[in-house]
Amino acid sequence: MAQVSRFCPPRKSCHDWIGPPDKHSNLQPVHFYIPENESSLEQKLRELRQETQERNQQFWANQNLTFLKEKEEFIDSRLKAKGLELRAESGQKATLNAEEMADFYKEFLSKNFRKHMYCNRDWYKRNLAITFFMGKVALERIWKKLRLKQKKTSN
Amino acid sequence: MNIIAKRSASWVRGCVWYLERRALQESPRRFLHLLRNVNQQWVTFQHFNFLRHMYVTRLNRSFNQQIKPKPEPVPSPFLEKASLDEAKTEIYKMRPLSPPSLSLSRKPNEKESLELEPTPVIEGSIAVGTETKEEKQWKEMKLRVDDLPGILARLSKIKLTALVVSTTSAGFALAPAPFDWPCFLLTFVGTGLASCAANSINQFFEVPFDSNMNRTKSRPLVRGQISPLLAVSFAACCAVPGVALLTWGVNPLTGALGLFNIFLYTCCYTPLKRISIANTWVGAVVGAIPPLMGWTAATGSLDAGAFLLGGILYSWQFPHFNALSWGLREDYSRGGYCMMSVTHPDLCRRVALRHCLALVAMSAAAPALDVTTWTFPVIALPINLYISYLGFRFYRDADRKSSRKLFFCSLWHLPLFLLLMLTCKRPAAQGDAGGPQS
Repeated sequence: MAQVSRFCPPRKSCHDWIGPPDKHSNLQPVHFYIPENESSLEQKLRELRQETQERNQQFWANQNLTFLKEKEEFIDSRLKAKGLELRAESGQKATLNAEEMADFYKEFLSKNFRKHMYCNRDWYKRNLAITFFMGKVALERIWKKLRLKQKKTSN
Repeated sequence: MNIIAKRSASWVRGCVWYLERRALQESPRRFLHLLRNVNQQWVTFQHFNFLRHMYVTRLNRSFNQQIKPKPEPVPSPFLEKASLDEAKTEIYKMRPLSPPSLSLSRKPNEKESLELEPTPVIEGSIAVGTETKEEKQWKEMKLRVDDLPGILARLSKIKLTALVVSTTSAGFALAPAPFDWPCFLLTFVGTGLASCAANSINQFFEVPFDSNMNRTKSRPLVRGQISPLLAVSFAACCAVPGVALLTWGVNPLTGALGLFNIFLYTCCYTPLKRISIANTWVGAVVGAIPPLMGWTAATGSLDAGAFLLGGILYSWQFPHFNALSWGLREDYSRGGYCMMSVTHPDLCRRVALRHCLALVAMSAAAPALDVTTWTFPVIALPINLYISYLGFRFYRDADRKSSRKLFFCSLWHLPLFLLLMLTCKRPAAQGDAGGPQS
């Protein structure tokens, strides 16, 4: 369910930009800034972040949509079993209260447990890798600046 | 809730005043007409919306404004968003940025992706109609120094940290040792730093999950207000001095407990939340350790009194958290959190009630262990009976109303309980007969 963002940041900006929460995944997409003199390490970091963002987006959008769909089906089946109308006279959709929904919540959680386990492991690995690379990139930039300063003072 | 309403009202009035002033500079006639019709006491939502619309579509300004949505007001970190039944008016905080130079000497960047849309209004050069609402919501991920304190406060869950530090202080004060101010301050600061570190790492681990829960979607890492690297660095900068302060400034036992607690919270509780319901018990231990730390800071050792205090905090966590989690079942289920309220609802309520009763029992044990006098269980009985009663109602009724009542009761029960303990603290004996053990 990856949605291509139509946002373009102002040309002058040299930072990443973060957008509003996606309506399906609730994740806030990041538009990554690509500097002119991007090093290979910086490129690796950016691509890792991009890939992680896409995977997260896909997972959570799918997860949330499935939840909504299955919730609707559950409500419909329960209401039918009760012999109630799906819509009240006013035209509003009939719902079940939290206690009636409890069975659905339990079932949904256990059904998706394996998926979450996999996603968790993946996320933890990626998050740590991204942070580690961010640290490396930061050190690389500091080193570059120091070398530049050294060159300037020696000239 | 009244405090929130008042604060929100004063924010709205402040923003409206600012907007009106700016708007007046622009088109006095239109706004004077509007002002004449507005009740000066309470600004209607429509009025505010109109002014905001006027403000945002203004183009010929030479300096840009950034609209940052104000984080939703929450009185306590534990309060779920869903439980706030009042209609929320959107309040936007406006901050002027320094005027950027609008020179056209931009270097074209070949690597940049093709522009599918004209550049957003932030550059101040495009006609109104082409910019969409969505584009306006994009924010530059640039850390501003004046935002940093607020961001770090939210990252470190400062309110929860304050609660943790107060339980540590209670442990320190209740310990049978003369109150030593320097030691107390070192413990206070060290525990606070350790708590900030633990909370930051917790948020660092949970970004995509936090985004999907109403209660946590405004956190700094979720919103991109701070980078993960900075969050981890901040956590390290808190953990290292915090634990060092406790180890060398207070005593090694307290330092070890602090370090252990950070580990327990970040590496056990946080991942366990998504694996098994056992996380609640681990989390209760995490909550029980701070008063233990306060006690060991004062006395230098762990004794029965320390464990009693730890036990009290441990038991308190259950009615508090189980009641809170009752209203968050949908979010937990969708987000993949393994909580008793979802998987084992009967157990959830049974455990909450069980631990309410345990609190009563522990109040009675307090004088037996020489922590307090016998007055304490007597004067604490009313509040203990009340929370047990609410625990029973929650157990029997199993509905949102009873869960909320129990949760809110737990919020005032704990501070009052600790205060009563303090007032009934067993005084240090003059002789050695029946004196508190050191």
